[in-house]
Amino acid sequence: MSAVTGLRRVVTPSAVGKHAVLIGYTFVALFPIVLIVMNSFKARNAIFGAPLAPPTAATFSTIGYDTITKRGEFPTWLSNSVIVTGVVLVLVLVLGSMAAFALARYRFPGSRMLGLYLALGIMIPIRLGTVSILNLVVGLGLGNTLLALILVYTAAGLPLAVFVLSNFFREVPRELEDAARVDGAGHFRIFGMVVQLARPAIAVVAILTMIPVWNDLWWPLILAPGRSTATLTLGTQQFLGQFVSDFNAVLAALTIAMIPMLLLYVIFNRQFIRGLMGGALK
Amino acid sequence: MTSATRPARRRRPFPWHLVVFLGPAVALYSAFMVFPLLDSLRLSLFGPGGGGVGQFVGIDNYVRLLTDSNLAPRFWGALANNIEFFAIHMLVQNPIGLLLAVILSTRILRGRALYRTLIFTPTVLSVVIVGFVWKLILNPLWGVGEGALKAVGLGSFFAPWLGLQGPALIVVGLMSVWQYVGIPMLLFSAALLAIPDEIIEAARVDGAGAWRIFRGIQLPMIAPTIGVVAILTFVGNFNAFDLVYAVQGGLAGPEFSTDIMGTLFYRTFFGFQLQLGSPTLGATVAGMMFLIILFGVCLYLFVWQRRLVTYQA
Repeated sequence: MSAVTGLRRVVTPSAVGKHAVLIGYTFVALFPIVLIVMNSFKARNAIFGAPLAPPTAATFSTIGYDTITKRGEFPTWLSNSVIVTGVVLVLVLVLGSMAAFALARYRFPGSRMLGLYLALGIMIPIRLGTVSILNLVVGLGLGNTLLALILVYTAAGLPLAVFVLSNFFREVPRELEDAARVDGAGHFRIFGMVVQLARPAIAVVAILTMIPVWNDLWWPLILAPGRSTATLTLGTQQFLGQFVSDFNAVLAALTIAMIPMLLLYVIFNRQFIRGLMGGALK
Repeated sequence: MTSATRPARRRRPFPWHLVVFLGPAVALYSAFMVFPLLDSLRLSLFGPGGGGVGQFVGIDNYVRLLTDSNLAPRFWGALANNIEFFAIHMLVQNPIGLLLAVILSTRILRGRALYRTLIFTPTVLSVVIVGFVWKLILNPLWGVGEGALKAVGLGSFFAPWLGLQGPALIVVGLMSVWQYVGIPMLLFSAALLAIPDEIIEAARVDGAGAWRIFRGIQLPMIAPTIGVVAILTFVGNFNAFDLVYAVQGGLAGPEFSTDIMGTLFYRTFFGFQLQLGSPTLGATVAGMMFLIILFGVCLYLFVWQRRLVTYQA
Protein backbone atom coordinates (compact mmCIF):
# COMPACT_ATOMS: atom_id res chain seq x y z
CA MET A 1 0.00 0.00 0.00
CA SER A 2 2.69 2.46 1.01
CA ALA A 3 4.75 1.39 -1.99
CA VAL A 4 1.87 2.30 -4.24
CA THR A 5 1.34 5.70 -2.69
CA GLY A 6 5.06 6.31 -2.75
CA LEU A 7 5.09 5.59 -6.44
CA ARG A 8 2.14 7.84 -7.21
CA ARG A 9 3.53 10.82 -5.35
CA VAL A 10 5.34 11.65 -8.59
CA VAL A 11 3.67 14.84 -9.80
CA THR A 12 1.40 13.98 -12.71
CA PRO A 13 -0.32 16.50 -14.99
CA SER A 14 -3.68 15.27 -13.71
CA ALA A 15 -2.72 16.01 -10.10
CA VAL A 16 -1.62 19.51 -11.10
CA GLY A 17 -4.95 20.06 -12.81
CA LYS A 18 -6.86 18.85 -9.77
CA HIS A 19 -4.96 21.11 -7.42
CA ALA A 20 -5.47 24.03 -9.78
CA VAL A 21 -9.25 23.56 -9.73
CA LEU A 22 -9.33 23.11 -5.95
CA ILE A 23 -7.10 26.09 -5.24
CA GLY A 24 -9.13 28.16 -7.65
CA TYR A 25 -12.39 27.32 -5.96
CA THR A 26 -10.94 27.72 -2.48
CA PHE A 27 -9.97 31.23 -3.52
CA VAL A 28 -13.52 31.92 -4.70
CA ALA A 29 -14.91 30.63 -1.40
CA LEU A 30 -12.59 32.58 0.86
CA PHE A 31 -11.85 35.80 -1.02
CA PRO A 32 -15.05 37.67 -0.03
CA ILE A 33 -14.67 36.75 3.65
CA VAL A 34 -11.01 37.73 3.80
CA LEU A 35 -11.72 40.94 1.91
CA ILE A 36 -14.37 42.06 4.41
CA VAL A 37 -12.40 41.17 7.53
CA MET A 38 -9.24 42.79 6.16
CA ASN A 39 -10.91 46.05 5.18
CA SER A 40 -12.77 46.35 8.46
CA PHE A 41 -9.42 47.24 10.05
CA LYS A 42 -8.59 50.03 7.62
CA ALA A 43 -9.25 53.75 7.42
CA ARG A 44 -11.94 54.90 5.01
CA ASN A 45 -9.63 56.24 2.30
CA ALA A 46 -7.62 53.00 2.34
CA ILE A 47 -10.79 50.94 1.99
CA PHE A 48 -11.57 52.80 -1.22
CA GLY A 49 -8.02 53.56 -2.37
CA ALA A 50 -6.55 50.06 -2.12
CA PRO A 51 -9.28 47.57 -1.18
CA LEU A 52 -7.10 44.54 -1.93
CA ALA A 53 -4.19 45.61 0.28
CA PRO A 54 -4.01 44.26 3.83
CA PRO A 55 -4.01 46.90 6.58
CA THR A 56 -0.61 48.43 7.26
CA ALA A 57 0.55 50.59 10.15
CA ALA A 58 -0.38 53.66 8.10
CA THR A 59 -3.86 52.50 7.10
CA PHE A 60 -4.85 50.63 10.27
CA SER A 61 -7.97 51.95 11.93
CA THR A 62 -10.70 50.63 14.21
CA ILE A 63 -13.08 53.51 13.63
CA GLY A 64 -15.79 51.13 12.40
CA TYR A 65 -15.61 49.15 15.62
CA ASP A 66 -15.73 52.40 17.61
CA THR A 67 -18.99 53.37 15.89
CA ILE A 68 -20.45 50.00 16.81
CA THR A 69 -19.24 50.08 20.40
CA LYS A 70 -20.83 53.49 20.90
CA ARG A 71 -24.19 52.05 19.96
CA GLY A 72 -23.65 49.31 22.49
CA GLU A 73 -26.27 46.91 21.14
CA PHE A 74 -24.05 44.20 19.76
CA PRO A 75 -23.33 42.61 23.17
CA THR A 76 -27.11 42.30 23.80
CA TRP A 77 -27.71 40.77 20.39
CA LEU A 78 -24.81 38.41 20.84
CA SER A 79 -26.03 37.24 24.24
CA ASN A 80 -29.58 36.81 22.87
CA SER A 81 -28.22 34.60 20.11
CA VAL A 82 -26.10 32.61 22.57
CA ILE A 83 -29.06 32.10 24.93
CA VAL A 84 -31.49 31.06 22.20
CA THR A 85 -29.04 28.74 20.42
CA GLY A 86 -27.75 27.27 23.69
CA VAL A 87 -31.17 26.49 25.18
CA VAL A 88 -32.47 25.10 21.89
CA LEU A 89 -29.40 22.88 21.61
CA VAL A 90 -29.90 21.45 25.11
CA LEU A 91 -33.65 20.93 24.63
CA VAL A 92 -33.29 19.30 21.21
CA LEU A 93 -30.52 16.99 22.40
CA VAL A 94 -32.20 15.96 25.68
CA LEU A 95 -35.80 15.65 24.47
CA GLY A 96 -34.72 14.32 21.08
CA SER A 97 -32.48 11.58 22.46
CA MET A 98 -35.16 10.53 24.99
CA ALA A 99 -37.79 10.22 22.26
CA ALA A 100 -35.35 8.53 19.89
CA PHE A 101 -34.37 6.03 22.59
CA ALA A 102 -37.98 5.08 23.24
CA LEU A 103 -38.72 4.69 19.53
CA ALA A 104 -35.60 2.63 18.89
CA ARG A 105 -35.58 0.41 21.97
CA TYR A 106 -39.15 -0.27 23.03
CA ARG A 107 -41.87 -2.05 21.14
CA PHE A 108 -45.29 -0.66 21.79
CA PRO A 109 -48.45 -0.33 19.73
CA GLY A 110 -48.21 2.63 17.38
CA SER A 111 -44.45 3.07 17.70
CA ARG A 112 -43.96 3.02 13.92
CA MET A 113 -46.75 5.48 13.36
CA LEU A 114 -45.30 7.77 16.00
CA GLY A 115 -41.89 7.56 14.34
CA LEU A 116 -43.44 8.51 11.00
CA TYR A 117 -45.41 11.30 12.63
CA LEU A 118 -42.22 12.80 14.03
CA ALA A 119 -40.33 12.29 10.76
CA LEU A 120 -42.90 14.29 8.78
CA GLY A 121 -41.38 17.48 10.12
CA ILE A 122 -38.04 16.82 8.43
CA MET A 123 -39.31 17.72 4.97
CA ILE A 124 -41.99 20.30 5.79
CA PRO A 125 -40.53 23.72 6.63
CA ILE A 126 -41.99 25.14 9.85
CA ARG A 127 -42.17 28.57 8.20
CA LEU A 128 -45.33 27.48 6.43
CA GLY A 129 -47.12 27.58 9.79
CA THR A 130 -46.03 31.16 10.50
CA VAL A 131 -49.51 32.72 10.56
CA SER A 132 -50.73 30.31 13.23
CA ILE A 133 -47.48 30.32 15.18
CA LEU A 134 -47.70 34.08 15.51
CA ASN A 135 -51.32 33.77 16.72
CA LEU A 136 -50.26 31.08 19.18
CA VAL A 137 -47.29 33.03 20.49
CA VAL A 138 -49.32 36.21 20.92
CA GLY A 139 -52.13 34.22 22.54
CA LEU A 140 -49.70 32.80 25.09
CA GLY A 141 -48.39 36.29 25.81
CA LEU A 142 -44.96 35.38 24.46
CA GLY A 143 -44.70 38.05 21.78
CA ASN A 144 -41.24 39.63 21.66
CA THR A 145 -39.67 37.08 23.99
CA LEU A 146 -36.72 34.78 23.51
CA LEU A 147 -38.85 31.94 24.88
CA ALA A 148 -41.07 32.11 21.78
CA LEU A 149 -38.01 31.64 19.58
CA ILE A 150 -36.76 28.79 21.75
CA LEU A 151 -40.07 26.90 21.57
CA VAL A 152 -40.36 27.25 17.80
CA TYR A 153 -36.75 26.29 17.06
CA THR A 154 -36.95 23.31 19.40
CA ALA A 155 -40.13 22.04 17.75
CA ALA A 156 -38.52 22.50 14.34
CA GLY A 157 -35.25 20.82 15.35
CA LEU A 158 -36.73 17.73 17.00
CA PRO A 159 -37.77 15.74 13.88
CA LEU A 160 -34.28 15.49 12.40
CA ALA A 161 -32.73 14.88 15.83
CA VAL A 162 -35.11 12.01 16.58
CA PHE A 163 -34.56 10.55 13.11
CA VAL A 164 -30.75 10.59 13.24
CA LEU A 165 -30.51 9.47 16.87
CA SER A 166 -33.07 6.66 16.64
CA ASN A 167 -31.22 5.27 13.61
CA PHE A 168 -28.07 5.34 15.70
CA PHE A 169 -29.67 3.79 18.80
CA ARG A 170 -31.02 0.91 16.72
CA GLU A 171 -27.45 -0.09 15.88
CA VAL A 172 -26.27 -0.24 19.48
CA PRO A 173 -26.08 -3.97 20.37
CA ARG A 174 -28.87 -5.09 22.68
CA GLU A 175 -26.67 -7.46 24.69
CA LEU A 176 -25.32 -4.51 26.63
CA GLU A 177 -28.75 -3.37 27.60
CA ASP A 178 -29.86 -6.87 28.54
CA ALA A 179 -26.84 -7.35 30.76
CA ALA A 180 -27.54 -4.08 32.53
CA ARG A 181 -31.21 -5.02 32.96
CA VAL A 182 -30.22 -8.33 34.56
CA ASP A 183 -28.05 -6.33 36.93
CA GLY A 184 -31.14 -4.41 37.93
CA ALA A 185 -30.64 -1.15 36.00
CA GLY A 186 -33.86 0.77 35.32
CA HIS A 187 -35.06 2.41 32.13
CA PHE A 188 -33.32 5.67 32.82
CA ARG A 189 -29.97 4.16 33.80
CA ILE A 190 -29.95 2.19 30.57
CA PHE A 191 -30.89 5.30 28.62
CA GLY A 192 -27.91 7.05 30.19
CA MET A 193 -25.61 4.23 29.14
CA VAL A 194 -26.79 4.14 25.54
CA VAL A 195 -26.56 7.92 25.22
CA GLN A 196 -22.92 7.73 26.31
CA LEU A 197 -22.27 5.55 23.26
CA ALA A 198 -24.09 7.94 20.95
CA ARG A 199 -21.64 10.81 21.29
CA PRO A 200 -20.67 10.95 17.59
CA ALA A 201 -24.34 11.02 16.54
CA ILE A 202 -25.07 13.67 19.16
CA ALA A 203 -22.29 15.84 17.73
CA VAL A 204 -23.92 15.54 14.30
CA VAL A 205 -27.31 16.53 15.65
CA ALA A 206 -25.81 19.41 17.63
CA ILE A 207 -24.24 20.89 14.52
CA LEU A 208 -27.28 20.35 12.29
CA THR A 209 -29.41 22.03 14.97
CA MET A 210 -27.12 24.92 15.74
CA ILE A 211 -26.29 26.36 12.31
CA PRO A 212 -29.83 27.17 11.15
CA VAL A 213 -30.88 28.54 14.55
CA TRP A 214 -27.91 30.86 14.87
CA ASN A 215 -28.20 32.12 11.30
CA ASP A 216 -31.98 32.47 11.04
CA LEU A 217 -33.59 35.80 10.18
CA TRP A 218 -37.25 34.79 9.70
CA TRP A 219 -38.35 33.95 13.26
CA PRO A 220 -36.60 36.83 15.04
CA LEU A 221 -38.08 39.18 12.44
CA ILE A 222 -41.59 37.85 13.04
CA LEU A 223 -41.70 36.76 16.68
CA ALA A 224 -39.15 38.95 18.45
CA PRO A 225 -38.25 42.04 16.43
CA GLY A 226 -37.87 44.28 19.50
CA ARG A 227 -34.57 46.05 20.14
CA SER A 228 -33.89 44.11 23.34
CA THR A 229 -34.79 40.68 21.94
CA ALA A 230 -33.09 40.92 18.53
CA THR A 231 -30.61 38.16 17.76
CA LEU A 232 -27.23 38.88 16.23
CA THR A 233 -28.46 38.06 12.72
CA LEU A 234 -31.53 40.31 12.96
CA GLY A 235 -29.69 43.08 14.79
CA THR A 236 -26.90 43.11 12.23
CA GLN A 237 -29.42 43.15 9.40
CA GLN A 238 -31.14 46.21 10.86
CA PHE A 239 -27.86 47.90 11.69
CA LEU A 240 -26.60 47.39 8.14
CA GLY A 241 -29.79 48.87 6.75
CA GLN A 242 -29.27 52.06 8.75
CA PHE A 243 -25.55 52.49 8.17
CA VAL A 244 -25.42 51.68 4.45
CA SER A 245 -23.09 54.55 3.63
CA ASP A 246 -20.74 54.21 6.62
CA PHE A 247 -18.38 51.65 5.11
CA ASN A 248 -16.23 51.37 8.21
CA ALA A 249 -19.20 50.53 10.41
CA VAL A 250 -20.70 48.14 7.86
CA LEU A 251 -17.46 46.20 7.42
CA ALA A 252 -16.93 46.03 11.18
CA ALA A 253 -20.52 44.85 11.76
CA LEU A 254 -20.17 42.13 9.14
CA THR A 255 -16.91 40.98 10.68
CA ILE A 256 -18.38 40.86 14.17
CA ALA A 257 -21.38 38.91 12.90
CA MET A 258 -19.14 36.38 11.14
CA ILE A 259 -16.65 35.82 13.95
CA PRO A 260 -18.65 33.56 16.32
CA MET A 261 -19.52 31.02 13.62
CA LEU A 262 -16.07 31.16 12.01
CA LEU A 263 -14.48 30.60 15.39
CA LEU A 264 -16.69 27.60 16.15
CA TYR A 265 -16.00 26.27 12.68
CA VAL A 266 -12.23 26.60 13.07
CA ILE A 267 -12.37 24.73 16.38
CA PHE A 268 -14.88 22.04 15.39
CA ASN A 269 -14.35 21.84 11.62
CA ARG A 270 -13.69 18.10 11.78
CA GLN A 271 -17.00 17.49 13.57
CA PHE A 272 -18.83 19.77 11.13
CA ILE A 273 -17.50 17.96 8.07
CA ARG A 274 -17.66 14.46 9.50
CA GLY A 275 -21.09 15.21 10.89
CA LEU A 276 -22.54 16.20 7.56
CA MET A 277 -20.79 13.43 5.65
CA GLY A 278 -21.66 10.82 8.26
CA GLY A 279 -25.24 12.04 8.34
CA ALA A 280 -25.33 11.47 4.61
CA LEU A 281 -24.07 7.92 4.88
CA LYS A 282 -26.75 6.98 7.36
CA MET B 1 -61.27 -14.84 36.12
CA THR B 2 -60.62 -12.91 39.29
CA SER B 3 -57.10 -12.24 40.28
CA ALA B 4 -57.55 -14.36 43.40
CA THR B 5 -58.02 -17.52 41.37
CA ARG B 6 -55.30 -16.76 38.81
CA PRO B 7 -52.42 -15.19 40.68
CA ALA B 8 -49.80 -16.27 38.12
CA ARG B 9 -50.71 -13.70 35.48
CA ARG B 10 -49.40 -10.28 36.39
CA ARG B 11 -50.93 -7.23 34.80
CA ARG B 12 -48.46 -5.16 32.84
CA PRO B 13 -47.83 -1.87 34.61
CA PHE B 14 -48.72 1.28 32.73
CA PRO B 15 -45.64 2.22 30.64
CA TRP B 16 -44.89 5.46 32.46
CA HIS B 17 -41.33 5.45 31.17
CA LEU B 18 -42.61 5.74 27.60
CA VAL B 19 -44.66 8.78 28.55
CA VAL B 20 -41.62 10.38 30.16
CA PHE B 21 -39.35 9.58 27.22
CA LEU B 22 -41.72 10.58 24.44
CA GLY B 23 -44.11 13.01 26.06
CA PRO B 24 -42.13 16.27 26.04
CA ALA B 25 -40.82 15.91 22.48
CA VAL B 26 -44.17 14.85 21.04
CA ALA B 27 -46.03 17.59 22.92
CA LEU B 28 -43.69 20.38 21.85
CA TYR B 29 -43.56 19.17 18.26
CA SER B 30 -47.33 18.82 18.09
CA ALA B 31 -48.07 22.19 19.66
CA PHE B 32 -45.52 24.32 17.82
CA MET B 33 -45.17 22.54 14.52
CA VAL B 34 -47.97 20.15 13.56
CA PHE B 35 -50.83 22.21 15.00
CA PRO B 36 -49.68 25.50 13.38
CA LEU B 37 -49.19 23.82 10.01
CA LEU B 38 -52.69 22.35 10.06
CA ASP B 39 -54.23 25.47 11.56
CA SER B 40 -52.57 27.61 8.90
CA LEU B 41 -54.10 25.41 6.19
CA ARG B 42 -57.48 25.84 7.92
CA LEU B 43 -57.08 29.63 8.04
CA SER B 44 -56.45 29.71 4.31
CA LEU B 45 -60.08 28.62 3.84
CA PHE B 46 -61.50 31.63 5.70
CA GLY B 47 -62.19 35.15 4.62
CA PRO B 48 -60.99 38.30 6.38
CA GLY B 49 -63.12 39.52 9.28
CA GLY B 50 -63.19 41.84 12.25
CA GLY B 51 -60.73 40.02 14.47
CA GLY B 52 -58.66 38.87 11.50
CA VAL B 53 -60.58 35.73 10.57
CA GLY B 54 -64.10 35.82 9.20
CA GLN B 55 -66.36 33.40 7.39
CA PHE B 56 -65.54 30.09 5.82
CA VAL B 57 -65.03 30.70 2.11
CA GLY B 58 -63.77 27.35 0.86
CA ILE B 59 -61.05 27.64 -1.76
CA ASP B 60 -61.98 31.23 -2.65
CA ASN B 61 -58.66 32.57 -1.37
CA TYR B 62 -56.77 30.16 -3.60
CA VAL B 63 -58.89 31.12 -6.59
CA ARG B 64 -58.25 34.79 -5.86
CA LEU B 65 -54.51 34.23 -5.49
CA LEU B 66 -54.39 32.52 -8.87
CA THR B 67 -56.76 34.79 -10.80
CA ASP B 68 -57.30 38.18 -9.09
CA SER B 69 -55.89 41.01 -11.19
CA ASN B 70 -53.92 42.39 -8.20
CA LEU B 71 -52.76 39.17 -6.61
CA ALA B 72 -52.23 36.80 -9.50
CA PRO B 73 -49.39 38.67 -11.28
CA ARG B 74 -47.40 38.69 -8.03
CA PHE B 75 -48.05 35.01 -7.40
CA TRP B 76 -47.16 33.82 -10.88
CA GLY B 77 -44.16 36.16 -10.93
CA ALA B 78 -42.87 34.81 -7.62
CA LEU B 79 -43.45 31.24 -8.76
CA ALA B 80 -41.61 31.80 -12.05
CA ASN B 81 -38.73 33.51 -10.22
CA ASN B 82 -38.59 30.71 -7.69
CA ILE B 83 -38.39 28.12 -10.47
CA GLU B 84 -35.54 30.12 -12.03
CA PHE B 85 -33.86 30.36 -8.60
CA PHE B 86 -34.11 26.56 -8.27
CA ALA B 87 -32.84 26.05 -11.82
CA ILE B 88 -29.75 28.18 -11.06
CA HIS B 89 -28.98 25.94 -8.08
CA MET B 90 -29.50 22.75 -10.07
CA LEU B 91 -27.42 23.96 -13.02
CA VAL B 92 -24.61 25.70 -11.14
CA GLN B 93 -24.45 24.72 -7.47
CA ASN B 94 -24.97 20.98 -7.73
CA PRO B 95 -22.67 20.36 -10.76
CA ILE B 96 -19.88 22.40 -9.11
CA GLY B 97 -20.45 20.48 -5.87
CA LEU B 98 -20.26 17.21 -7.79
CA LEU B 99 -17.12 18.25 -9.67
CA LEU B 100 -15.36 19.23 -6.45
CA ALA B 101 -16.49 16.00 -4.77
CA VAL B 102 -15.19 13.86 -7.66
CA ILE B 103 -11.82 15.61 -7.52
CA LEU B 104 -11.75 15.27 -3.75
CA SER B 105 -12.55 11.56 -4.00
CA THR B 106 -9.14 10.88 -5.55
CA ARG B 107 -7.50 8.59 -3.00
CA ILE B 108 -4.05 10.02 -3.31
CA LEU B 109 -4.36 13.76 -3.23
CA ARG B 110 -2.61 15.96 -0.75
CA GLY B 111 -4.59 18.34 1.41
CA ARG B 112 -8.00 16.80 0.74
CA ALA B 113 -9.29 17.54 4.24
CA LEU B 114 -7.97 21.09 4.12
CA TYR B 115 -9.63 21.86 0.78
CA ARG B 116 -12.89 20.40 2.01
CA THR B 117 -12.80 22.48 5.18
CA LEU B 118 -11.95 25.73 3.41
CA ILE B 119 -14.51 25.33 0.63
CA PHE B 120 -17.25 24.57 3.16
CA THR B 121 -16.57 27.76 5.17
CA PRO B 122 -19.25 30.03 3.60
CA THR B 123 -21.96 27.48 4.38
CA VAL B 124 -21.69 28.03 8.14
CA LEU B 125 -22.28 31.77 7.81
CA SER B 126 -25.66 33.47 7.99
CA VAL B 127 -27.42 34.04 4.65
CA VAL B 128 -27.99 37.63 5.72
CA ILE B 129 -24.29 38.24 6.23
CA VAL B 130 -23.43 36.53 2.96
CA GLY B 131 -25.94 38.71 1.13
CA PHE B 132 -24.46 41.91 2.53
CA VAL B 133 -20.90 40.80 1.86
CA TRP B 134 -21.71 40.29 -1.82
CA LYS B 135 -23.81 43.41 -2.01
CA LEU B 136 -20.80 45.36 -0.81
CA ILE B 137 -18.46 43.67 -3.25
CA LEU B 138 -20.80 44.37 -6.16
CA ASN B 139 -21.38 47.96 -5.03
CA PRO B 140 -20.11 50.25 -7.82
CA LEU B 141 -19.27 52.81 -5.14
CA TRP B 142 -16.62 50.54 -3.66
CA GLY B 143 -15.62 49.08 -6.99
CA VAL B 144 -14.02 45.85 -5.81
CA GLY B 145 -16.15 43.67 -8.05
CA GLU B 146 -15.52 45.89 -11.02
CA GLY B 147 -11.80 45.94 -10.29
CA ALA B 148 -11.69 42.16 -10.07
CA LEU B 149 -13.43 41.80 -13.42
CA LYS B 150 -11.08 44.34 -14.98
CA ALA B 151 -8.13 42.33 -13.73
CA VAL B 152 -9.29 39.35 -15.79
CA GLY B 153 -10.18 41.49 -18.80
CA LEU B 154 -13.93 41.52 -18.29
CA GLY B 155 -14.23 45.06 -17.02
CA SER B 156 -16.73 46.14 -19.67
CA PHE B 157 -19.01 43.30 -18.59
CA PHE B 158 -19.59 44.87 -15.16
CA ALA B 159 -22.87 46.60 -14.40
CA PRO B 160 -24.83 47.42 -11.23
CA TRP B 161 -26.53 44.05 -11.62
CA LEU B 162 -28.57 44.13 -8.42
CA GLY B 163 -30.40 47.16 -9.74
CA LEU B 164 -31.19 45.67 -13.13
CA GLN B 165 -34.33 43.64 -13.66
CA GLY B 166 -32.80 40.94 -15.82
CA PRO B 167 -29.59 40.06 -13.99
CA ALA B 168 -30.69 40.73 -10.38
CA LEU B 169 -32.28 37.32 -9.79
CA ILE B 170 -29.35 35.49 -11.39
CA VAL B 171 -26.87 37.39 -9.23
CA VAL B 172 -28.85 36.74 -6.04
CA GLY B 173 -29.10 33.07 -7.05
CA LEU B 174 -25.33 32.89 -7.54
CA MET B 175 -24.74 34.40 -4.09
CA SER B 176 -26.80 31.57 -2.66
CA VAL B 177 -24.89 29.06 -4.80
CA TRP B 178 -21.60 30.46 -3.50
CA GLN B 179 -22.77 29.97 0.05
CA TYR B 180 -24.28 26.48 -0.23
CA VAL B 181 -22.00 24.68 -2.68
CA GLY B 182 -20.39 22.97 0.32
CA ILE B 183 -23.49 20.92 1.07
CA PRO B 184 -23.75 19.00 -2.23
CA MET B 185 -19.96 18.74 -2.18
CA LEU B 186 -20.03 16.93 1.18
CA LEU B 187 -23.06 14.77 0.36
CA PHE B 188 -21.54 13.70 -2.97
CA SER B 189 -18.15 13.15 -1.29
CA ALA B 190 -19.71 10.81 1.24
CA ALA B 191 -21.43 8.83 -1.51
CA LEU B 192 -18.28 8.65 -3.66
CA LEU B 193 -16.14 7.48 -0.76
CA ALA B 194 -18.61 4.66 -0.16
CA ILE B 195 -17.84 3.15 -3.59
CA PRO B 196 -15.45 0.23 -3.05
CA ASP B 197 -11.92 0.95 -4.26
CA GLU B 198 -11.67 -2.39 -6.04
CA ILE B 199 -14.33 -1.49 -8.59
CA ILE B 200 -12.58 1.70 -9.63
CA GLU B 201 -9.15 0.06 -9.60
CA ALA B 202 -10.46 -2.77 -11.79
CA ALA B 203 -11.85 -0.30 -14.30
CA ARG B 204 -8.59 1.59 -14.32
CA VAL B 205 -6.63 -1.60 -14.94
CA ASP B 206 -8.96 -2.27 -17.87
CA GLY B 207 -7.86 1.08 -19.29
CA ALA B 208 -10.85 3.26 -18.41
CA GLY B 209 -10.11 6.97 -18.14
CA ALA B 210 -11.41 9.39 -15.53
CA TRP B 211 -14.47 10.33 -17.61
CA ARG B 212 -15.46 6.72 -18.29
CA ILE B 213 -15.05 5.83 -14.64
CA PHE B 214 -17.25 8.80 -13.74
CA ARG B 215 -19.97 8.01 -16.31
CA GLY B 216 -19.88 4.25 -16.00
CA ILE B 217 -19.32 3.70 -12.27
CA GLN B 218 -19.44 6.78 -10.08
CA LEU B 219 -22.50 8.52 -11.50
CA PRO B 220 -24.81 5.46 -11.44
CA MET B 221 -23.62 4.51 -7.97
CA ILE B 222 -24.34 7.91 -6.44
CA ALA B 223 -27.80 8.15 -8.06
CA PRO B 224 -29.58 7.97 -4.68
CA THR B 225 -27.53 10.94 -3.45
CA ILE B 226 -28.35 12.93 -6.59
CA GLY B 227 -32.00 12.53 -5.64
CA VAL B 228 -31.37 13.57 -2.03
CA VAL B 229 -29.41 16.65 -3.13
CA ALA B 230 -32.13 17.60 -5.63
CA ILE B 231 -34.95 17.36 -3.09
CA LEU B 232 -32.98 19.21 -0.40
CA THR B 233 -32.24 21.96 -2.92
CA PHE B 234 -35.90 22.07 -3.95
CA VAL B 235 -37.28 22.35 -0.41
CA GLY B 236 -34.59 24.86 0.58
CA ASN B 237 -35.17 27.05 -2.49
CA PHE B 238 -38.96 27.13 -2.27
CA ASN B 239 -38.66 28.07 1.39
CA ALA B 240 -35.94 30.71 0.88
CA PHE B 241 -36.48 34.26 2.09
CA ASP B 242 -33.56 35.65 4.10
CA LEU B 243 -31.18 36.31 1.23
CA VAL B 244 -33.62 38.24 -0.96
CA TYR B 245 -34.93 40.19 2.04
CA ALA B 246 -31.40 41.13 3.11
CA VAL B 247 -30.09 42.07 -0.33
CA GLN B 248 -33.14 43.49 -2.12
CA GLY B 249 -35.53 44.27 0.74
CA GLY B 250 -39.10 43.14 1.29
CA LEU B 251 -40.23 44.45 -2.09
CA ALA B 252 -37.73 42.13 -3.80
CA GLY B 253 -36.87 44.76 -6.38
CA PRO B 254 -36.24 46.03 -8.89
CA GLU B 255 -39.90 45.74 -9.92
CA PHE B 256 -40.36 42.43 -8.06
CA SER B 257 -37.76 40.80 -10.30
CA THR B 258 -36.22 38.94 -7.34
CA ASP B 259 -39.55 38.16 -5.65
CA ILE B 260 -39.80 34.49 -4.64
CA MET B 261 -42.44 32.57 -2.69
CA GLY B 262 -40.87 33.39 0.70
CA THR B 263 -40.84 37.16 0.14
CA LEU B 264 -44.36 37.05 -1.35
CA PHE B 265 -45.53 35.17 1.76
CA TYR B 266 -43.92 37.75 4.05
CA ARG B 267 -45.46 40.73 2.25
CA THR B 268 -48.89 39.13 1.95
CA PHE B 269 -48.99 38.25 5.64
CA PHE B 270 -47.42 41.38 7.15
CA GLY B 271 -48.03 43.94 4.49
CA PHE B 272 -45.30 46.19 3.21
CA GLN B 273 -45.35 49.94 2.83
CA LEU B 274 -48.72 50.70 1.16
CA GLN B 275 -49.91 47.12 0.99
CA LEU B 276 -51.99 45.90 3.95
CA GLY B 277 -51.21 42.53 5.47
CA SER B 278 -53.74 39.74 5.59
CA PRO B 279 -53.37 36.63 7.81
CA THR B 280 -55.80 34.57 5.77
CA LEU B 281 -54.22 35.43 2.42
CA GLY B 282 -50.81 34.89 4.01
CA ALA B 283 -51.96 31.45 5.06
CA THR B 284 -53.13 30.91 1.47
CA VAL B 285 -49.67 31.69 0.09
CA ALA B 286 -48.22 29.31 2.71
CA GLY B 287 -50.77 26.72 1.57
CA MET B 288 -49.57 27.07 -2.02
CA MET B 289 -45.96 26.70 -0.86
CA PHE B 290 -47.01 23.59 1.03
CA LEU B 291 -48.59 22.12 -2.11
CA ILE B 292 -45.50 22.95 -4.19
CA ILE B 293 -43.14 21.36 -1.67
CA LEU B 294 -45.45 18.36 -1.29
CA PHE B 295 -45.44 17.96 -5.07
CA GLY B 296 -41.63 17.97 -5.12
CA VAL B 297 -41.35 15.50 -2.25
CA CYS B 298 -43.90 13.14 -3.87
CA LEU B 299 -42.07 13.34 -7.18
CA TYR B 300 -38.89 12.39 -5.39
CA LEU B 301 -40.44 9.56 -3.37
CA PHE B 302 -42.62 8.02 -6.07
CA VAL B 303 -40.68 8.68 -9.25
CA TRP B 304 -36.99 8.95 -8.44
CA GLN B 305 -36.84 6.40 -5.62
CA ARG B 306 -39.09 3.93 -7.43
CA ARG B 307 -36.92 4.11 -10.52
CA LEU B 308 -33.88 3.43 -8.37
CA VAL B 309 -35.53 0.38 -6.88
CA THR B 310 -36.32 -1.12 -10.26
CA TYR B 311 -32.85 -0.22 -11.48
CA GLN B 312 -31.24 -2.05 -8.60
CA ALA B 313 -33.51 -5.10 -8.89
